[in-house]
Amino acid sequence: MSGQAPHPAPILAVEGLRVRFGGGTQAVRGISLAVNRGETHCLVGESGCGKSVSALAVMNLLARGATRSADRLAFDGTDLLPLSERQMARLRGDKMAMIFQEPMTSLNPAYTVGSQMAEVRQRHRGGTRAAALDRAAELLAKVGITAPGLRLAQYPHQLSGGLRQRVMIAMALMCDPQLLIADEPTTALDVTVQAQILRLLLDLQRELGLAILLITHDLGIVARMAHRVSVMYAGRVVEHATAAELFAAPTHPYTHGLLDCVPVPGRTRRDVPLGSIPGTVPRITAGFTGCAFRERCAHAMPVCAGEVPLRERVPGHAYECFLPADWPQRSAA
Amino acid sequence: MLKFLARRALLALLVMLTVLTISFGLTRLSGDLAISIAGPQATQQDVEMIRKAYGLDRPLPVQFASWVVSAASGDLGRSYLYHEQAATLIKARLPITLTLGLCGLAIALVVAIPLGILAAMREGSLLDRAIMLIAVVGQAMPSFWLGLVLIITFGLQLGWLPVSGNDDWRGYVLPSIVLAFSAIPSLMRLTRSGMVDALASDYIRTARAKGLSRAAIVLKHALRNAAMPVVAISAVQLGFMLSGSIVIESVFALPGVGYLGWESISKNDFPVVQAVVLFLAVIFILLTLLADLLNAALDPRLRAS
Repeated sequence: MSGQAPHPAPILAVEGLRVRFGGGTQAVRGISLAVNRGETHCLVGESGCGKSVSALAVMNLLARGATRSADRLAFDGTDLLPLSERQMARLRGDKMAMIFQEPMTSLNPAYTVGSQMAEVRQRHRGGTRAAALDRAAELLAKVGITAPGLRLAQYPHQLSGGLRQRVMIAMALMCDPQLLIADEPTTALDVTVQAQILRLLLDLQRELGLAILLITHDLGIVARMAHRVSVMYAGRVVEHATAAELFAAPTHPYTHGLLDCVPVPGRTRRDVPLGSIPGTVPRITAGFTGCAFRERCAHAMPVCAGEVPLRERVPGHAYECFLPADWPQRSAA
Repeated sequence: MLKFLARRALLALLVMLTVLTISFGLTRLSGDLAISIAGPQATQQDVEMIRKAYGLDRPLPVQFASWVVSAASGDLGRSYLYHEQAATLIKARLPITLTLGLCGLAIALVVAIPLGILAAMREGSLLDRAIMLIAVVGQAMPSFWLGLVLIITFGLQLGWLPVSGNDDWRGYVLPSIVLAFSAIPSLMRLTRSGMVDALASDYIRTARAKGLSRAAIVLKHALRNAAMPVVAISAVQLGFMLSGSIVIESVFALPGVGYLGWESISKNDFPVVQAVVLFLAVIFILLTLLADLLNAALDPRLRAS
């Protein structure tokens, strides 16, 4: 990729983001990631590894009792850290939007689809309700909902899960955001609906030049959607690379473990049982050092209890581990 | 919606019939009505005459049936104490009780809802605990006692408000406050718990992600959902206030329906007792129906079912 023009400044730049919970749990421990304009950046990992919390921290939507800090948190060149809640609210839903895992409960049951969509537009852009409703109808059509006029007058309980997620996506687009954060947007949906929603996100990205931070635990989704990938484990980004690089040369043992859990037609052998990672993501409190994966890692060494180095495999592909970059080839030999 | 209404109406009818049966049974259980009407000096002959005159010599089921039939046609019977139609007596006293109940409810809502919202927004804080402490104290305080304390303080010592009677609006201030106090704790608790649930819900997270103002998030998105049980309980509380004003009306000497009921019970004026009970039951049932309808108007999911 050396012939390519250098990327312009990323739309979202996160450096050293930390989130602590009241009980002393360190949910996010100094992660860095950059989402480029018009690209999909996937944040992947098991449940409980801090993906959603990281996304909520970026939006400043953490629940009470959670505190965030960061070395840098910049959106489109604006430093988000000193912003007050009021200033942050002006950005949310306008320049940066978010959709969630639970389409069934993410819409307010007491208001119509139209009223919930219109209020975002009016809040950030003003204008009449009628104009906002026109815009809402236009976007419902864009996300593939037939009879938008009818849907606008309906209440959330009258829509299926897939339709509600489409409504959430359309609502997120009401003010032409530059960044869409999608937190497991298809996890709660049927497989067929899942595919439709992912297709829709890809189309919208192409059409609107939207940057997407997509949170998922599903590597199949990563393979379909991602330009870049950050693999998260226990509050750290343990490996990041372009999607092509990551699937071609996964280097962190955890990434390996994740890939081994997914059957790939033509590559997974039927006579060998599918892999799994024993144990669960540990809860990290203050004073923890070393690699958080070492207790579940087949390659753990005594040094893993100490400060873990960040190694670069190739430019743009780094991993946090003591193992050399070519360990998979060596252990296969 | 029509089916919903029809089902509610049928249910209301059944409840009314049950209340009628019980109130009829209770008045008959309190001893021989003819003897108590006739008074201590009456002879056996007088008692027999009265028994015949009031139809008390007929079998109980017949008495009950004839009362239900005449009540259904609007005739609630005559008071033997006032020698007037029971319905007329109630109608004359209704404005006082209604004024009292509505003022009480208004005060209760104006106090309870903002405090409940505040407590929910600062859940677990000192303010939350202070507000909940008020609720507990309020619930534990008997209304006749609070009534007397207010009379002594504002009526006698400070002399700001009349201690009894309904000569002008100032006579309603203290009783309304006492009545409100009985409803504030449950309304406040309900507002708080509803708001705590609502504020922790996914759609509030969505509202925040949309960048809505704090006022819109709390008052539009959360309160609308938290208000449903509060509306239902408000209607029921108004029913309690209208019927429970017996105590308040006697403490403050307000001649309302509650006062009439209490008077008739102590004088064994059974047609009026039955009429008052029936009247309060109807009010209660209508208010519950109103609560259901309001709930349906607030919750689009209920309208369908």
